[in-house]
Amino acid sequence: MRKEIVKATTAGVLATLLLGALVLIGSRRLQNFDAALVAYTFATVFAVFGVVYRYAMWIQRPPTAVYFRRGWQVFLNPKWLGRNTIELSKRLVSGFALNAFIWRRGKARWGAHWLIMWGCLIAAAITFPLVFGWIHFEAPLNEFDKYTIFVFGFPTITLPVDSFLAFMIFHGLIWSSFLVIAGVMLAFRRRMRDHGAAALQQFGEDILPLLLLFAISITGLAIWASYKFMGGYAFTFLSVTHAATVIFTLLWLPFGKFFHIFQRPAQLGVAFYKDVGESMPPAKCARCGEGYAPQMQVDDLIEVQRRLGYTYEMESESGADHYQRICPRCRRSMLALAQGSLWYQAREHESVV
Amino acid sequence: MPVPEHHEFFIDPNRCIGCQACVQACAECDTHKGHPMIHLEYIERSESTQTVPVICMHCDSPTCAEVCPADAIKKTPDGVVQSARKPRCIACNNCVYACPFGVPKMQTDFDLMMKCNMCYDRTSVGKKPMCATVCPSEALFFGTREEVEARRTRSRPVNEFKFGRQTITTKVNMMVPKASTHEHVDVTSQMQGEGRRLRLNVLSDSLYEPGSA
Repeated sequence: MRKEIVKATTAGVLATLLLGALVLIGSRRLQNFDAALVAYTFATVFAVFGVVYRYAMWIQRPPTAVYFRRGWQVFLNPKWLGRNTIELSKRLVSGFALNAFIWRRGKARWGAHWLIMWGCLIAAAITFPLVFGWIHFEAPLNEFDKYTIFVFGFPTITLPVDSFLAFMIFHGLIWSSFLVIAGVMLAFRRRMRDHGAAALQQFGEDILPLLLLFAISITGLAIWASYKFMGGYAFTFLSVTHAATVIFTLLWLPFGKFFHIFQRPAQLGVAFYKDVGESMPPAKCARCGEGYAPQMQVDDLIEVQRRLGYTYEMESESGADHYQRICPRCRRSMLALAQGSLWYQAREHESVV
Repeated sequence: MPVPEHHEFFIDPNRCIGCQACVQACAECDTHKGHPMIHLEYIERSESTQTVPVICMHCDSPTCAEVCPADAIKKTPDGVVQSARKPRCIACNNCVYACPFGVPKMQTDFDLMMKCNMCYDRTSVGKKPMCATVCPSEALFFGTREEVEARRTRSRPVNEFKFGRQTITTKVNMMVPKASTHEHVDVTSQMQGEGRRLRLNVLSDSLYEPGSA
């Protein structure tokens, strides 16, 4: 078995065992574990193994490995750690909480992503701790109009059942469903009307995730509507359907578009890498002498290309040892000059200077 | 739908007249509205007004995709290397610096790499890319091999390029003289010295080859 696969499998197994241990500890040896949710738990355990396995494989790819290592190196470097920490908080707000970069790509795209993202985050923050038995509710002794929220078996706040805060907390999944459904509608609208999106989208990569999110949200809402307004009509059917949609999504999490949730934080490491690279003298083009890229990135790219099996090594009068040391603009000019040179040779020195 | 196999892209930089029509048309493409992906470059502005239009060559083994740490650049089964997938691109610039043809563009505002995708919204339904439909000198030509052979009687297409010791084959072809014995275009031969002198074909009669009008 390849070394990378062994490492990734080990990481996946360790993460799965860790989750199992946390479920045991957090639910106080399954005392607070809701057996009705056991299918969700097993689907999550599989998803954790799959996500960690794929993540471990991903960060072992030569370019990813270099960035992963470099990102942490530059972030933790004492020289820049203070500045990096301040920048990190700014980037977490603008990039992750607000999705500012998606706003600049398009307002409709931003609206769809922001609503789906927050809907999913809220839902995940409620669902997973409930499924793992990390959170449960108990009425205090002889106070049946109140609930105490227990986290990892420890009592936290106690609140009246009919208070506004309780209403908001107990309906958290309803609010998240509304956010996700609105976001999915916006996303589908764009995908149906935008010719560019229509040309490039793929069912598995772009449509299926939206269908799954919609199915989870609408069946979740239907469960609520069933017990709240319809006297439990079709409750069992709706519960099973909802569970099926959630479990399918969890099992599919490591393979499809949702994996970008775990890849995306790499953007932070890259931003610090770029910050440091730009604060240093740039690499100068071996042909025109102009600065064109951070020297650190050029050197890293040469190493990455070698590890990938590319042989861009070269010899030239300028002393450039690698094609990577030529700026993109010169590469474009050289392409045309190379074609002109062939015409020149073919025409036996008929040149235009 | 895939791009029909018998439709190919042929570029002939020597024929470029620098009219910018391709740049304007490129910005009309639905997959990157308002942002031209084509590079229209002066070769040596101090020496000549000659320009070169550079589109993505759609490499068989795309270096941009291989060096992408986020695995964001994908090639469709019909060989078209697409722009970075928006959910994945982390705007690291690796592809911009690694592409041997100097094609990808970093859209800093969007934190996103964008590049020529051969107008996939058009070519995948049997139409020509925007740039090729408007290029008046046919420096950018999209059609069948028979069509280009009929128009360029003294040229032939090659899709093999040398960069140092690395050979890259591409989906897009470059027109070279039929008389040339070279099976590839040696890009790094133009680093400097004699090779850097502008040797172009524009003022010769080849621009108006029989049947090219």
